[in-house]
Amino acid sequence: MATEAVVERRSVGHRLAGLFHGRPRLQVGALLAGPVGWLVIGYLGSLAVLLIAGFWTVDPLSGEVVQGFSLENFETLVNEPVYRDIVGRTVLIAALVTVTDALLAFPIAFYMAKVASRRGKAILVVAVLVPLWSSYLVKALSWRTMLSSGGVIDWALNPLGLSGPGYGQTAVWLVMSYLWLPYMILPIFAGLERIPDSLISASEDLGASPFTTFRRVILPLAFPAVVAGSIFTFALTLGDYITPRLVSNDQFIGNVIFNNISNNLPLASALALVPIVVMVAYLMVARKLGAFEHI
Amino acid sequence: MRTQDAHPVRAAWLVVAGLLAFMLLIAGCGGGSDSSSGGEELSKLGKGEGEVNLISWAGYVEPEWSKPFEQKTGCKVNDKTAGTSDEMVQLMRTGQYDGVSASGNASARLVDGGDVAPVNVSLVPNYKTIFSDLKNQPYNTFDGTNYGIPHGRGANLLMWNSEDVKPAPTSWDVILDPKKAAKYKGKISAYDDPIYIADAAVYLKAHQPGLGIESPYELNEEQFEAAVNLLKEQRPYVGEYWSEAAKQIQAFAGGDSQVGTTWQYQYFELEGAGKPVAASPASQGFLPSEGATGWSDTWMISSEAKHPNCMYMWMDWIVSPQANAEVAEFFGEAPAQSLACDHTAEKDFCAKYHAENPAFWKRVYYWETPVADCGNGSSDCKDYNDWVQAWTSIKG
Repeated sequence: MATEAVVERRSVGHRLAGLFHGRPRLQVGALLAGPVGWLVIGYLGSLAVLLIAGFWTVDPLSGEVVQGFSLENFETLVNEPVYRDIVGRTVLIAALVTVTDALLAFPIAFYMAKVASRRGKAILVVAVLVPLWSSYLVKALSWRTMLSSGGVIDWALNPLGLSGPGYGQTAVWLVMSYLWLPYMILPIFAGLERIPDSLISASEDLGASPFTTFRRVILPLAFPAVVAGSIFTFALTLGDYITPRLVSNDQFIGNVIFNNISNNLPLASALALVPIVVMVAYLMVARKLGAFEHI
Repeated sequence: MRTQDAHPVRAAWLVVAGLLAFMLLIAGCGGGSDSSSGGEELSKLGKGEGEVNLISWAGYVEPEWSKPFEQKTGCKVNDKTAGTSDEMVQLMRTGQYDGVSASGNASARLVDGGDVAPVNVSLVPNYKTIFSDLKNQPYNTFDGTNYGIPHGRGANLLMWNSEDVKPAPTSWDVILDPKKAAKYKGKISAYDDPIYIADAAVYLKAHQPGLGIESPYELNEEQFEAAVNLLKEQRPYVGEYWSEAAKQIQAFAGGDSQVGTTWQYQYFELEGAGKPVAASPASQGFLPSEGATGWSDTWMISSEAKHPNCMYMWMDWIVSPQANAEVAEFFGEAPAQSLACDHTAEKDFCAKYHAENPAFWKRVYYWETPVADCGNGSSDCKDYNDWVQAWTSIKG
């Protein structure tokens, strides 16, 4: 029996091997079927379902979803001023967070890539990564405690005659800038590391001042990396709803989606389209700026 | 690979076209989704099916009383906790659960959607001794048919920091009258849920009788607008809208909030931690003069229950004197079972929560689902969807 089974298994293996032999397309296809299927069905498919749901409506009596085609939800989004305010507020904070993070991250990344010793570099990379190991919620809740009246921030500012920002949009901006900073540092660090030192030396040899070298050599070469990092910070801020909930009373796009998801899924879906559209526009601008040239 | 890189645009269009085709496919497959068959009530209790799947508020199904239930009936309890009424409705619609501890702002939606079945109360022996003012209420009985077993109830309280808020308020006007609320600008705490509009309606019912508000959950255009406008006026004075109990406890403990709407739970937590808080009615024995909103929860059985016998056994168990006393004390609410008051670990628990005081509950407006057809014959009431949209615009 045993020998028979072995013979059987071998022949199946052989037949499979024979099937793939000399057919590179089939080999690649079989190899990629799993991951690509996961991407198409799991990600793009569910995204498509989400978008279709934006055209559905809710039966007012039972609250059940009626599947049909209607532009009602999109009309609500355009006509109700409150949704325009919320979208405007979300995009504004996302832009502010992105600019703040870019300004903070560039010097840090530059020091890491060009100035620090080998050991210093390793320590700094770990230092940037460590905050990512702790839970997002822990960090957001700590900020909530720090920002409370009489909290650490108040305490630190009081001797200067100032007080902390308290809860509100400023707090959201602060917390988001803190949370997403590593996502900006790492791409810029990678981008700066790729700039050969010889280019900087050459610029100096040709008589450029450090500032000119920075403006004419380093910045143009590192700019795509900054844009790549900004995609992270912008998209993450655009989609977050927990931080606004914890440190402000203001509604962001994510909060309204969250509030509507169980009793008015179609409206939530229609609203989910807004960040997608904003992000697509952002990516197109990023492409124009050359963020994807080296990927 | 270089040569293929040259057509990213074409690749992008391919993906878009594929997505569109997929969308059309899904849209074609859609349709046919009416499930409005209410289901039949059980006429005779059979043998347990070995397990029961529940959706509950956190703290309603705990090992202390679910383990003895498992031992007694052989029904294994699988519990899923939900954070909001909306989430409960959504979970029940999956048809994967046998029952739910629904608040009044979910029950009508579940009945209308055909998600729950009528309950034969004669199969629940402990139902007899449940407080009679909890039976046959608009949030658990529809067209004369019982749809659930009352579990427990609570009132939404007015809580304040007794050091900062003086004299002790006796009315909701301290947070809802713009002139008085201005005094506590940035220190007012309000509940973050569309159902909070009902709190404004309770206030208006007493202070603007001209509007003719009967129930704070049945508001016509004019009444609804008045309530929404009141909350929009309150908005600049609100320091924080709370949704999780822990968030409010922290805000009161740290001084970020000084006065606002709360539940018994937060009040007793803060009091227990030695914070200077006071609340009506817990400490004072009265409600704010206008009355208050509150909740009364009901165990309901799914119309697609796969373990109906176990679910009936659970509904009887959770309102049995011992179990109902345990759950009420654990959660911090008034028990539904009149005999439970003899079984509480804390002797004056029922008195503290006014469990046996019908006069107290007369002035509590239990959460209900706002529906358009609100019994005035003209179907012109604002439905829950309107409430949600209005809530978004109130918060701005």
